[in-house]
Amino acid sequence: MGDSSSPAEARWRQLNTRRRRPLEWLAERVIFAVSLSAIVMVFLIFLFVAKESLPVFTGGVDSALVQPVRPVEDFDRLSRAELQAYLGLSDAEFARKDDETLRLLMEVKAEAQDEIPAEFREDKDARLNTAQWRYLLLPYQWTGYDAPAFIWQPISLIHKYNIVPLFIGSLKATLVALVFAVPLSVAAAIYVSQLAHPRLKEWLKPAIEMLAGIPSVVAGFFALIVMATVLEAPISAVAGWLGLPSSRLNALVAGLALGFAIIPVVFSIAEDALTSVPRSYVQGALALGASKWKAAWQIVLPAALPGVFAAVILGFGRAIGETMIVLMASGNASIVSWNIFDSTRTITATIAAELAEAVFGGHHYRMLFMLGTLLFIVTFASNFLADLVIHRLKARLEGRA
Amino acid sequence: MTPRASLREAGFRRAGVDHASLLGGGVTLAATAGILAILIVILAVIVVNGAPSLSWRFITTSTARDMFDPDKAGVFPMLVGTSARVILMTLFVVPVGVITAIYLSEYARAASPLTRIIRGAVNNLAGVPSIVFGLFGLGFFIGFIGGTLDELAQGPAAEPRWGKPGILWASLTLAVMTLPVVIVATEESLRAIAPGLREASLALGATKFETVTRVVLPQALPGILTGGILAVSRAAGEVAPILFTGAAYYMATLPGSLTDQFMDLGYHVFVLSTQSPNIDQTKPILFATVLVLLLLTFSLNFVAILIRARIRRSQRAAH
Amino acid sequence: MTSVRPTPAAPAAPDTAALAPVLIRAQGVDLWYGAAHALRSITLDIREKLVTAFIGPSGCGKSTFLRCLNRMNDLIDGVRITGRLEVGGVDIQAPTVDVIELRKRVGMVFQKSNPFPKSIFDNVAYGLRLQGGHSRDALAERVEKSLRAAAIWDEVKDRLQTSALSLSGGQQQRLCIARAIANEPDILLMDEPASALDPIATARIEDLILELKQRYTIVIVTHNMQQATRISDQTAFFYLGQLVEFDSTAKIFTNPGKKQTEDYVTGRFG
Repeated sequence: MGDSSSPAEARWRQLNTRRRRPLEWLAERVIFAVSLSAIVMVFLIFLFVAKESLPVFTGGVDSALVQPVRPVEDFDRLSRAELQAYLGLSDAEFARKDDETLRLLMEVKAEAQDEIPAEFREDKDARLNTAQWRYLLLPYQWTGYDAPAFIWQPISLIHKYNIVPLFIGSLKATLVALVFAVPLSVAAAIYVSQLAHPRLKEWLKPAIEMLAGIPSVVAGFFALIVMATVLEAPISAVAGWLGLPSSRLNALVAGLALGFAIIPVVFSIAEDALTSVPRSYVQGALALGASKWKAAWQIVLPAALPGVFAAVILGFGRAIGETMIVLMASGNASIVSWNIFDSTRTITATIAAELAEAVFGGHHYRMLFMLGTLLFIVTFASNFLADLVIHRLKARLEGRA
Repeated sequence: MTPRASLREAGFRRAGVDHASLLGGGVTLAATAGILAILIVILAVIVVNGAPSLSWRFITTSTARDMFDPDKAGVFPMLVGTSARVILMTLFVVPVGVITAIYLSEYARAASPLTRIIRGAVNNLAGVPSIVFGLFGLGFFIGFIGGTLDELAQGPAAEPRWGKPGILWASLTLAVMTLPVVIVATEESLRAIAPGLREASLALGATKFETVTRVVLPQALPGILTGGILAVSRAAGEVAPILFTGAAYYMATLPGSLTDQFMDLGYHVFVLSTQSPNIDQTKPILFATVLVLLLLTFSLNFVAILIRARIRRSQRAAH
Repeated sequence: MTSVRPTPAAPAAPDTAALAPVLIRAQGVDLWYGAAHALRSITLDIREKLVTAFIGPSGCGKSTFLRCLNRMNDLIDGVRITGRLEVGGVDIQAPTVDVIELRKRVGMVFQKSNPFPKSIFDNVAYGLRLQGGHSRDALAERVEKSLRAAAIWDEVKDRLQTSALSLSGGQQQRLCIARAIANEPDILLMDEPASALDPIATARIEDLILELKQRYTIVIVTHNMQQATRISDQTAFFYLGQLVEFDSTAKIFTNPGKKQTEDYVTGRFG
């Protein structure tokens, strides 16, 4: 080795000192930090939505109409903690107010209690904390009803927070959407993926995906102004014939419009799943004399079933989380009924319609955030499930499972 | 024995009509046509009913007090509001989305658990309902960040300036919502770049960052553009996230600062549809407004699809 | 297929070759892809300004070892390398080594030509621009020098700003060679550079290599044994991850020491 002249050797020895590249180092750190944003965002979303609804889960909300009143004179006798709890303030808000303001708030609260009309104050349910889970989930016989019922009626004096009608409303509209959209989308996916001429397929797929370019507010508008009017007569005819009540805006109309919104989702994923089935399967079937349809129906569809299933799950998640369409076209009556011709209220529409009127930090506000949390959990779970199914499918196709 | 008779004896059936395939083919074709028909009908109804009221005046004037008057109404402030919020949104979402996609594609180790968690988070973000984003915008951006900014700037008893709905918060909320769109589109275009190019660059003594900025990113630009356009198209039509974070039914002036509220095409359609005193009178305005919104989202979508098709075609040619 | 060119000058006689100083020294280099043991205790010396060929059947480690010499195997997950690998006296596996600098001194040309989708000029100037600090004129001068050295200047001098992808396969590969030598490396690694090219383009690349060896130390992986005899001074025969025999090309192909080598070069397997 020692034959090389010294300068050459020295040149090579230079390799041994790692050059400092601050720009590179910084760039890598920044890139990494920024990419964590997705995780951070999901976490923050859950955190901030759940945080506002936490008191509901921990029993910290009291929505009873008649609350025990502490006279203003008692101000000095109450500890800070008791005062804060009595006034229902958060730590930050409580710290921000001076004694004068706090006394004022006590007076306001006492007055508000005085203003309650007598017949409500004497109501058997006036002292009920209606924010407890028992009233959220189970039927209860409120004053004026002759049987226990599931009632969501936050703005009446005696606040009723049963979430069952809302869940049923969401499920109704979603089911209508799925029953309408899934067969249509899967059939179209089979056609486009397996039966259509390749040149045709090239513009059919984007054409159908253009449906995704229709914003949900437009679909809701279309349902409200056009579909509801057109379908009003047929719907009341069919409902009458079945002996069911009906209304102009109902779960069927909203469900159909919801279907429009989820067709692109289900179609796209189902078509991808069908197309990723190896061509060799199809060619094997065709070589044995099967028609394109038989090959598709008997070979490809079963092989792509997990992907199609995932498409349906994602369609479900999308439909149940959709807001504008149901807000505009479902009628917004929160009743418990499986009748699709009835006006109905979904979870999403409830949040959208009522949040503006809810007192910031009050029980109604917290209930709406609680609904948001539940919605997040449901869509998170369905997304997770769909992911799992697609993962398993990929593994199987690649021969790993 | 005639040839035909002998064949029949040998058991060859005469080729008959394959009813199952006909039915199957017919049903699926009908389904495809049905979906296209739905699309065409919706578009046709809106165009037919909205075009008559659509005019240059409609697009360029402010509605002021004459929102319900078909001859005087205009959607200019709504157009400005919608455009402003999506432009502001792209300033946030494109850099974050592209950088995340670069990390996932160029730096991250494919099998590492952290990579899987990031991808899972992106997928989940894509599935969160739009109203939950609205709640998030209210609770996090307006309540937490806005509230904190107000306290820092003016003390605890402050009159809320940042801690109330405004175009900045609406845009940020939308940026979080459309993040997955940008990430997925960018990753798709990064994946399409032949790995040999990265190798060549590194073998010439380039660092990974230099390879990304000098070779990879320039080639991925069309895909990034597609992602940005898709995000904009999606965000322009969304109403639920901006319900509580900044949309207003009537503003006397155009939004002048980041804390101002704004008018919006979609929000206007919503309010007008559901709270109009005389729905028959406002129908033409509604249809025209919807038409404007559709033209906006569709043309953007169309451009994005064209670019994407062009990329896919050149990809197929290169490999 | 018989060569249509006159036979080139005979490679350096064995004793002259043995006197050239050693530039790359491998001692007991092992490499694992995860659990797969791809290189087994490779020991050899590559000498300055000579052409060294790696031959052997597919998948036996030639390219893998080549890529060790400029640390390109770092790009693959789960690779583990043991043993000592010295270039210019420096252990290039040491954590103190600046890999980026190493790759500037040890250039590489790939099997499938991979010009950037940029202009011809920008392709060749890529490495120089990484260094920075070159004026526009200095760049143009270096680019011309490299294109001439790669024997492609006359074909492209009038269209330096056109896309590199508009060149033919053989031209693209010569462009990649120009790009690699623009960095003025000491060593040029070539991984089957002509395997994707037609015979005429292949011949031009081989001529080019014989010219280049006056200035660069060249290591070339090839599965074409005639190519090895035509252009290389020393040949290493790899089989199943092991270095079976390493000697002057003349000896390997006329009087190999090992039976395995003889079987391979006479075409009994491979």
